[in-house]
Amino acid sequence: MPHDDPDHPHSLLPPDPALRVKALETILTRKGLIDPAALDVIIDTYENKIGPRNGAHVVARAWSDPAFKTALLEDATAVVSEMGYYGRQGEHMVAVENTADVHNMVVCTLCSCYPWPLLGIPPGWYKSDAYRARAVREPRAVLADFGVTLPEDTAVRVWDSTAEVRYLVIPERPAGSDGMDEAALMDLVTRDSMIGTGLALPVEGSAP
Amino acid sequence: MTDAPDPVFTEPWHAQVFALTVHLNEAGHFDWPEWASCFGATLKKNGLSKELDGGDDYFTAWLETLEQFLASKDLADLRDVAEMRNAWERAYLSTPHGAPVTLE
Repeated sequence: MPHDDPDHPHSLLPPDPALRVKALETILTRKGLIDPAALDVIIDTYENKIGPRNGAHVVARAWSDPAFKTALLEDATAVVSEMGYYGRQGEHMVAVENTADVHNMVVCTLCSCYPWPLLGIPPGWYKSDAYRARAVREPRAVLADFGVTLPEDTAVRVWDSTAEVRYLVIPERPAGSDGMDEAALMDLVTRDSMIGTGLALPVEGSAP
Repeated sequence: MTDAPDPVFTEPWHAQVFALTVHLNEAGHFDWPEWASCFGATLKKNGLSKELDGGDDYFTAWLETLEQFLASKDLADLRDVAEMRNAWERAYLSTPHGAPVTLE
């Protein structure tokens, strides 16, 4: 169908990188190396099905069930796989627990390794040079940028993810959350709290 | 709070290049640590001239790595990719707006 706008007689030209990706796709499809339908499934999975709610589910259960937490700290990969959270970038996951004494924080100084099955695709800041360089060098300053101030005597431990090992932070369970069920607890667990650049949300009406 | 739902991919091609890489890995064409080390090297190189913000520049580095990576594995020749890219450009420019764009 001809278009009635003389300024756009032809289809909108995608940006250069989009054309290059299309070129790769065409070549690999013609060689029979990829199945274009599988690409759509992967995109749908990461856009709609995998995200920080998975990680929040794991954390909420760890808060509620001491035996589960023990098992999680021992072998996170096995435990979260049983919950259905496994796949790319989740081959070897390690859970680290925040306490009054230790605050854990995760970075990938190499590129952007991240526990996809639990947290989805990392946010832009996680992939930025600024975060990747500063998280190790000055973690407290980075935490301050995120609005997190820790007591002086809380140690900060920074974990550098690799293509082999990825970390999930179990944030401290907020005060006043006793008796809340797993679903309610999940709502307190933010993505950033599981990277260690945030804390779990405070319970409404309880003193921080 | 910072947990507001950011879009997972801000550009369609970000999602495409991501999915393409994951798919090739799942199909066994390379293992992920090998990919990560090449990608890390590109990020490091690109980060020398300017500070990468983790957005578009991150996926630009991703695509650059994938092109080189596939060429080094004889899966997609760089010249073929450049020619195919130009073929797609011609197809877009010669297809009336609203019609599906296909290669000749």
